Amino acid sequence: MDVLNAIVVLLNFVIIPATAYGAQLALGALGVTLIYGILRFSNFAHGDTMAFGTAATILVTWGLTALGISIAPLPTALLALPFGIMVTMLLVLGVDRVVYRFYRRVKAKPIIFVMVSIGVMFVMNAFTRFLPGIGVDDIRFADGERFLISVRTFKEMTGLEEGLAIRTTQAITVVVAAICVAALFWFLNRTRTGKSMRAYADNEDLALLSGINPDRVVMVTWLIVAALATTAGTLYGLDKAFKAFTYFQLLLPIFAAAIVGGLGNPIGAILGGFLIAFSEVSVTYAFRKVVGYLGPADWQPEGMIQLLSTDYKFAVSFSILLIVLLFRPTGIMKGKSI
Amino acid sequence: MIAAMDKKAVLLFALVGALFVGTGFFESWNTSLGIFNMALVSAIMALGVNMQWGYAGLFNVGVMGFVALGGLAAVLVGMPPVGAAWAAGGLQVLLGLVLGAATIVAAILIYAKMPPTRARIWAMIAILILGFAVFRAVFDSGVALVEAVNPAAEGYLGGLGLPVLLAWPVGGVLAAGAAWVIGKTALGLRSDYLAIATLGVSEIIIAVLKNEDWLTRGVKNVTGIPRPVPYEVELQAASWFTDLSARLGVDPVAFSSVTVKLCYAGLFIIVLLVLIWFSEKAWNSPWGRMMRAIRDNEVSAAAMGKDVKSRHLQVFVLGSAVVGMAGAMMATLDSQLVPSSYQPLRFTFLVWVMVIVGGSGNNWGAVLGGFLIWWLWVMVEPIGYDALVFLTSGMAEGNWLRDHLLASAAHTRLLTMGLVLLLVLRFSPRGLIPER
Repeated sequence: MDVLNAIVVLLNFVIIPATAYGAQLALGALGVTLIYGILRFSNFAHGDTMAFGTAATILVTWGLTALGISIAPLPTALLALPFGIMVTMLLVLGVDRVVYRFYRRVKAKPIIFVMVSIGVMFVMNAFTRFLPGIGVDDIRFADGERFLISVRTFKEMTGLEEGLAIRTTQAITVVVAAICVAALFWFLNRTRTGKSMRAYADNEDLALLSGINPDRVVMVTWLIVAALATTAGTLYGLDKAFKAFTYFQLLLPIFAAAIVGGLGNPIGAILGGFLIAFSEVSVTYAFRKVVGYLGPADWQPEGMIQLLSTDYKFAVSFSILLIVLLFRPTGIMKGKSI
Repeated sequence: MIAAMDKKAVLLFALVGALFVGTGFFESWNTSLGIFNMALVSAIMALGVNMQWGYAGLFNVGVMGFVALGGLAAVLVGMPPVGAAWAAGGLQVLLGLVLGAATIVAAILIYAKMPPTRARIWAMIAILILGFAVFRAVFDSGVALVEAVNPAAEGYLGGLGLPVLLAWPVGGVLAAGAAWVIGKTALGLRSDYLAIATLGVSEIIIAVLKNEDWLTRGVKNVTGIPRPVPYEVELQAASWFTDLSARLGVDPVAFSSVTVKLCYAGLFIIVLLVLIWFSEKAWNSPWGRMMRAIRDNEVSAAAMGKDVKSRHLQVFVLGSAVVGMAGAMMATLDSQLVPSSYQPLRFTFLVWVMVIVGGSGNNWGAVLGGFLIWWLWVMVEPIGYDALVFLTSGMAEGNWLRDHLLASAAHTRLLTMGLVLLLVLRFSPRGLIPER
């Protein structure tokens, strides 16, 4: 029985990675939920907006590195992020102007918007792959200090058998996500524009009657969504690697997070993100070591104690999604259901 | 049936037919028939999707998953059983699956029968955990035994060794089962939820096909699924065939390949015609009118006493069954199941483009879309540089970008599909042959 080491293993392989992943999903789900709340459709192009934003950030990062600018020990991508966000903002505003605005004018059904967003998804995906130097391969662009605490330092510090590593990118993810969420909530709750957005989401007709300009609300929403998507994508890419196709596959956990939390509800999106991330990581992690430490000394369990292989991690988001749809279609935090 | 089509539709079909005939003259009849056969399969997929979208306005983003289930059916029905694998652990795998299913059924029964208290939740969780542990214990060791049997060539249970034509309806049934589960959960809620749920289920079906080696050999692929038509070598060996090709003055090797493709085309055309006949009958029946009434205004249809959710479930299951059948036909045509070849772009969104371009809500339109879009999909790359210049000419970008696009030609399909979808939805949402 060695509780300390068990906790360290659990922290190292489950809690820390899941927290970082959860923060990334939460930022993604916030974007989806905002679009849903204000523009009233599920945006299938969100994953590819994230991919585009990340690709733009990567290009700026390369430019900065070539100029010899860096903010070590932090990754250069953080410095490039605002530029990436601006480019993405221009792109989504352009897409809204060319594509979505028409369907708002004709008051198309939400499902038409969903189909259109799938068209946008393809065009954006192709566009991202066409960007010079991006293509389809894995790109790692995290530079600067790799670890906040490395396994060796931790072992030396504590004298424990198991090491604990906190990667810089994981710490940055959590910090940046916290700042983004705080800023978003301040904006939505304290500023005039934010309040008008919430009013518009609540009741479109009433908001229009009280003189809220819908075009402005929509524009601000897209700007926020572009910022959230680029940040989420860049953090994910820093933490793992950038690959356009992975971001398409992130759609499912992100949607699941937004729906579990209650579509249209920002707090729900954050909760949902962490719920999905923790379930996904803990269901696909092999708990052999943890159980070994908790059992009698010199004993290791026979099997891997892994509930599902990592190939099925999508099944986790999907099962949670199905359970929520079956038992509580409005999500944990009471979003909109119909 | 033909009388029901107007002149424009006949003309469009003639034009698309000319595309295939032209390919036959300018490239080869073998190529043209190869494209034609897959176009027939695509047209059937488009018919299925049109049932869901055109009849009922249901958005299925998981067409790929149902196609893949059809492919699985071709393996499970057509391949001969692997006796050694069955002897090693086949029954154990089946027992594991039965235990897993029993666990879920027990959990549902507890949820349904017990009074809604805390105890019910705990009982359900306990059953699920216990059942899962037993399932894994039985199932995993069985799988290990099966996969150890001659892994280079077999390592899976094989199929039933029945005639592969039986796989087509079985593929439909498998897909219908999956659709029922999804529909039962996601229908009756917001329309977006069905889209997200189908997206999820298709990813999972592909993950299962890729990873469950005991079932499908996973990424090692199942090849050599028996054919419903003769093999080329058999034809070339038959004296009547060599006589015939000599009398026609053609090369027997090329002629045998064309003959085989014609046999497939015959089978597929029969299926397609039967399905169109049923679809048209259904469309013009009171049931079809009811479906359109529900699609156009759910609230008023519900007020008239129509059960919107179960009608949606019905048509969703039917459409998915048609797609599953097409999936089985495709695996039969290819004689193999390659799980990694199932890409959402090719099997979900391409079919969608077919339906929307052809004309959603019109069975003939969906079929036309299937032929036209499949031909374009295959031919765009051989036509090559010129087509690419033509396709990118719509984009008002600078010259360097176009050069870059030409350099990365592999991604243009994504762009083309997206643009076609957007342009058709915007400027011609009713498609080439609109709904009547």
